[in-house]
Amino acid sequence: MKPRRTELGLLIVAWAIGAVSFATVDMATLGTLPVNYVAVLVGTALVLLAGHIVIRRLAPHADPVLYPVAAMINLMGLVMIHRLDIADQLRAEANDRKVPSADAVAQATWVLVALALFTLILFFVTDHRRLQRYTFTSLVAGVVLLLLPLLPVIGTSINGARLWIRLGPLSFQPSELAKIALTIFFAGYLVRKREALATVRRRILGLGIPRGRDFGPLLVAWLVALGVLAFQRDLGTALMFFGVFVILLYVSTQRRSWLIIGAGLFALAAVLGYLAFGHVQQRVLIWLDPWTYANDEGYQLVQALFGLASGGLFGTGLGEGYPQFIPFAKTDFISAALGEELGLAGMLALLVLFAILVERGLRTGLACRDPFGTLLAVGLSSVFALQVFVTIGGVTRLIPLTGLTTPFLSYGGSALVCNWMMIALLLRISDRNRRPTMIAQSADEALTQMIRVGIDR
Amino acid sequence: MIRAIRRLGWVFGILVVLLAINLTFQQFLLAPRINAEPGNQRTVLAEYERERGPILVGTKPVARSIATPKQTYKFLRTYPDGVLYAPATGFYSSLYGATGLERQENDILSGDDPRLFVDRIEQLIAGRVPEGGAVQTTLLASAQKAAASGLGSQIGSVTAIDPKTGAILALVQSPSFDPNGLATHDAAAAQDYYEQLDADPDKPLLNRPLVQTIPPGSTFKLVTAAAALADGYEPDSVLPGPASYPLPGSSKSLANWSGAPCGPDNRTTLANALAISCNSAFAYLGNDLGADALRTQARKFGFESSFDVPMTAATSRYPEDPDDAQTAMSAIGQFDVAATSLQMAMVTAAIANQGVTMSPYLVNQILAPDLTVLSSTQPKPFERAMTQQNAAALMGMMVQVVNSGTGSNARIPGVNVGGKTGTAETGGGRPNIAWFVAAAPAEDPQVAVAVAVENAGQPEVSGNAIAAPIARSVIEAVLQR
Repeated sequence: MKPRRTELGLLIVAWAIGAVSFATVDMATLGTLPVNYVAVLVGTALVLLAGHIVIRRLAPHADPVLYPVAAMINLMGLVMIHRLDIADQLRAEANDRKVPSADAVAQATWVLVALALFTLILFFVTDHRRLQRYTFTSLVAGVVLLLLPLLPVIGTSINGARLWIRLGPLSFQPSELAKIALTIFFAGYLVRKREALATVRRRILGLGIPRGRDFGPLLVAWLVALGVLAFQRDLGTALMFFGVFVILLYVSTQRRSWLIIGAGLFALAAVLGYLAFGHVQQRVLIWLDPWTYANDEGYQLVQALFGLASGGLFGTGLGEGYPQFIPFAKTDFISAALGEELGLAGMLALLVLFAILVERGLRTGLACRDPFGTLLAVGLSSVFALQVFVTIGGVTRLIPLTGLTTPFLSYGGSALVCNWMMIALLLRISDRNRRPTMIAQSADEALTQMIRVGIDR
Repeated sequence: MIRAIRRLGWVFGILVVLLAINLTFQQFLLAPRINAEPGNQRTVLAEYERERGPILVGTKPVARSIATPKQTYKFLRTYPDGVLYAPATGFYSSLYGATGLERQENDILSGDDPRLFVDRIEQLIAGRVPEGGAVQTTLLASAQKAAASGLGSQIGSVTAIDPKTGAILALVQSPSFDPNGLATHDAAAAQDYYEQLDADPDKPLLNRPLVQTIPPGSTFKLVTAAAALADGYEPDSVLPGPASYPLPGSSKSLANWSGAPCGPDNRTTLANALAISCNSAFAYLGNDLGADALRTQARKFGFESSFDVPMTAATSRYPEDPDDAQTAMSAIGQFDVAATSLQMAMVTAAIANQGVTMSPYLVNQILAPDLTVLSSTQPKPFERAMTQQNAAALMGMMVQVVNSGTGSNARIPGVNVGGKTGTAETGGGRPNIAWFVAAAPAEDPQVAVAVAVENAGQPEVSGNAIAAPIARSVIEAVLQR
């Protein structure tokens, strides 16, 4: 039970940082401690503890770092959403308008839903290998989920991207769920096909070139991604699906040629997208020179850059900046809002948290004794990694902006629930890896995962 | 798969490093440049983070910041008596920037001035939010109020200065504006108000006393008289003063306002010509002295120089290369002569100050947040415009203007007031301008004032009827301080 004690210790640290941050926000903006401060602290502790107990019961040997790190990021997201809620509240009060309902409360409610699904996944998926049976079911589910927003009645466009479905008061972003389904499909499919896809007929410049007929799956993935880009106007999702597929293709076959071919196809898609779609062109132009578009299309990015710059090395301090000036500060631009108030130091800390999350996920893949589990873990980690890179890179002008949410940070229920489901799957794989019945564990090895070499060829 | 996953880990690591490097650029290396980008309202807001220092008239603030807790902007700039002091304070707006002293003394008010460095360090150590320093103006509240109530709703400006120092005692215009309306944090209201002011044909945002140059009319006869005295004329020198003066090289002639000769046998003395504002005599003087002499005299009073009070006042001008007819016209302040009311106050002040023109200034002292004096403005002579003797002679002639000439409405019992009336034709469809300049008391001058009022009522506007009473009330206000 040593790893669980580590997990509990890390959780207490995360909870304490969250508690201090929460109080700091209210002290800085309202000059008082938060209303219901104690209640919120107790509630947060209970939710964190509930997740911990679920892991203790259902995945007792799982990696002890994944859950606390994800929880820490989630708490920082909640704190920032709450901070922006206060800005909204003060503005409404100043203008004698009705105070909007607090998004942090909605997000916290989604955390409960996420906890429920997290529990259900760990409860029902007792062995991740059983998911391999649903390889093609996952494909169908993934494609249907991707197509749902295009349906006439329930499909909804928000800010130009047709990504949502609306059922009564609830709106849901099915592409988030599709992420999981398609990652399961990619892993299951590539486990079966990897021998064939690794076959090399010719070599050019030392690179093995796959057989022509093996290009089929990659081309299909590419066309689907282009379709997402064309019909849903969603650059981020398209890029992520294709990226994860290429990564898993490379990992399963060990052929670097797939990476290069994938990169080539990506470049081609980028050029095609740039030529064919105005919204892609616009994003590239804004990326190259945001200042020219500072008052129209580039307003969001310019505001994000203003925020980041005003944050400087150590930030303005929570509650002391003006993150509310950044459009979509609670969703796509939340990392810019954090960068403004926590500074470069805070952003680097955040990057380290994400890096640990992804690294732990990759290690789970490395330690996994079955190739399906390995590919699934690597796939899920890559989804996090790409999403973080694309969103933070986008708002900091490293790459053009794409519409994606930052995992665990951004306001939005579907993404949050799905991210926690992905953590549940990683924990499940990790738990299988580290069961003491298979490998004897020493106390030292409990903290750093065992790496078994030779299970997969 | 292990090697591939390890490589993938490296690739993700590189992505993290790229993000970190880029963040370092955006938040640290490029940050100063991004912060200085135009339209960055955070930089504007940073100015509202600390308490901006007040602008004072005496010890009373006419612009000050008040804390607005829980709002985006942490301080609101307010202007008690905003309309009255707007020509001096200007405004401080998050939307439209700053004007007036708010702009010129921004470093002190915001606390950025190096003179406040020690205070900044102290505030930092004490953990207090830094504050700006205070700017104390030279304005005199009573003079300012007297000028404003004298102007009422008429369009015009009043400038009063201390002849001995050049300190500006009153800076008033009508119409003015309320800086509170532009400093408000209600952006929509500020915008509405600004657009309304901007569209107003009477130009309330224009700093009339400092920036608007208008023909000085007969008040310019003081400059011509000074040039004549410098040339050897004396107050009782006899000049031709017919009912109208034929302009040389032209079929036109210049008539007296009264339409009558200025004295018996079409002759008059210099003193009488000034007292009754005789056009023909001064036109004659202009031609007799020549344009260069007039220009030289005008320059010694401050024409064709720029003054930073600290706001930069418009340069008053004497025509560049006038022919004889134009020289005659300019000798009575018409043709292309143009002056601010500040300039005409300076002319009057120089005569009263025994011939020495002083540089005008509006800031008396710069104070630290704890109100210790950081610097005081030292009066600075600009140039000697007249000999002491000639100045005394001209001052005497001006007293005659008030006591027995056209400036009767400026009389104050028991005080020797020297003044000069004027009427300027502005053309361009704008009404004539009634002028009155005055200084008092003649033997120990405390104040020189210039009043310029647009008046559509009478074609032959008398500065005496409209402008002189305003000048008188300003003088009374200063003398009773």
